[in-house]
Amino acid sequence: MTAFPKDSILVLIETTPSGEPARSAAGLLGAAARVGTPVALMVGSTGKANNAAQSAGALGAAVVLTAEPEGTSALLAVPTVDALAAAVELVKPDAILISNSVDGRDVAGRFAARTRSALAVDAVGVARDDQGIVARHSVYGSAYTVESAPTFGAPVITLREGAVDARAEAATPDVRTLSVASSGVPAASIESIEERAVTSTRPELRGAAKVVAGGRGLTSQEQFALVEQLADVLGAAVGASRAAVDAGWVPNSYQIGQTGVSVSPQLYVALGVSGAIQHRAGMQTAKTIVAVNKDPDAPIFEIADFGVVGDVFDVVPQLISSLSARKE
Amino acid sequence: MKIIVLMKEVPDTYGERKLNLETGLAERGAGEAVLDEIGERALELALSQTGSIEDLDVTVMSMAPESATGTLRKALAMGASRLVHIADEKLAGADLGLTADVLSAAIRRTEWDLVIAGNLSTDGSGGVLPAMIAELLGVPHASALTSVNITADRVSGTRETDSGIMEVSAPLPAVISITERFPAARFPNFKGIMAAKKKPVETLTASNLGIDPESLDTPRSIMLAVSERPARSAGTKIIDEGDGGEKLAEFLVQNRLA
Repeated sequence: MTAFPKDSILVLIETTPSGEPARSAAGLLGAAARVGTPVALMVGSTGKANNAAQSAGALGAAVVLTAEPEGTSALLAVPTVDALAAAVELVKPDAILISNSVDGRDVAGRFAARTRSALAVDAVGVARDDQGIVARHSVYGSAYTVESAPTFGAPVITLREGAVDARAEAATPDVRTLSVASSGVPAASIESIEERAVTSTRPELRGAAKVVAGGRGLTSQEQFALVEQLADVLGAAVGASRAAVDAGWVPNSYQIGQTGVSVSPQLYVALGVSGAIQHRAGMQTAKTIVAVNKDPDAPIFEIADFGVVGDVFDVVPQLISSLSARKE
Repeated sequence: MKIIVLMKEVPDTYGERKLNLETGLAERGAGEAVLDEIGERALELALSQTGSIEDLDVTVMSMAPESATGTLRKALAMGASRLVHIADEKLAGADLGLTADVLSAAIRRTEWDLVIAGNLSTDGSGGVLPAMIAELLGVPHASALTSVNITADRVSGTRETDSGIMEVSAPLPAVISITERFPAARFPNFKGIMAAKKKPVETLTASNLGIDPESLDTPRSIMLAVSERPARSAGTKIIDEGDGGEKLAEFLVQNRLA
């Protein structure tokens, strides 16, 4: 087996139920390619591994390690941590990149604790200086930019999904099977899994170029459809403030803000969103912000490039018909 | 059953939050400090087991500056039995690895069955400590739970991730983290506030736990640079006079956004 490149960046790629690389893979490999040679690790059924490895190659992985550790689909996080430990031992990378997803954070946390590696979370970018790999973070709702680095050793970095636009050049990957020794560390059992149904053809909120978000001002679940209509005219993703989520009009995964998804699209349209500081924390890095709200003192207007003080039920239908007319 | 709830003092997100541009550390005086809401929900979950779990004993544990005692006492007023407060100047600016070392060392010196934490803090939003602590303690963990069922020897629940929803379970001892789906915490009442004054507060330093925060033997994540993003300013604001939608459409088209 040939040695791994000296500047290897090990990327843990999450897979979809069908075994394909998850959406986060492109950004992770794109970030890795900017600072070194991307080596991907895919943990899952080896039966599906070859196709999936080719997909990872298309996204820029020069080498793909596939592993099916004991207990892969029955135990939480630990089998993947075992595989990651084996891969790091073999590759000796300059850094380990993992998606900052719920699962990714679990693996990163356990792996960093086990191997006593420096851990940097929720990075929005990576760079290389003469000492090694540096992570860039956006903190306190993007009010500050912070750079971090390990005192020594390869850092474990979780990368915010959708934060890195760079994409790596497609490669024909060198695919290898990784053998993994079980650590025997106790893990929670997975009793059942229900995949999240993909019900929409709209762009995903994370990483979307345009986002239309609705808030309390939409007044009901039926009326929230207005947000979706405008999103479809603009080709935008749909998001919501916490008020709309708490009211049960939209699922939790729509929530933008402090405790939801952070977005930085080219265009952010806030409809009936007051713009509480927690909401702004998740969207204020958008390039252009427009807002419609009937309260002239709504804080969203303090950061909006274009604000309309008016009733969303008057302004938005007119906006939709005006935009639709221009398209014809 | 002995439950440990991990809590954190954070700057109130309704107020101003500042980083010191020289040290990169949080300016604790910039706004009001409060208990992180997600930690309060974790405590509420623990306290709500009263009646269904025998001999329930809830310890709140926090690594925070000495000045945080007042904030942390609220947890005692809410109903926790005792507070373990790890306060040490040398721990200011501790990275995730050091924080996990400290908390797991503090947990190890007590008897415990279950550790409950929030899934993400509102300030650091790291979301990794429960998994790190579980690894250091050598126990199972289940993160991002939206419902929890605790029995004498097991914890189970629903876990919501980016890709789906799963049912998970683990034998005790174990570490779990919960999401905002859990109900908000109870308000401390007058009786609780009075009772809190008599509850034990144990204050520990890193050296009490056998940890040297200044040791260079373990890799730590350090801050290299911090900069403040310029504040956004307001642009054009118009009052809808029947053509607000048209004007907004024009703005989007002119800026090539539609």
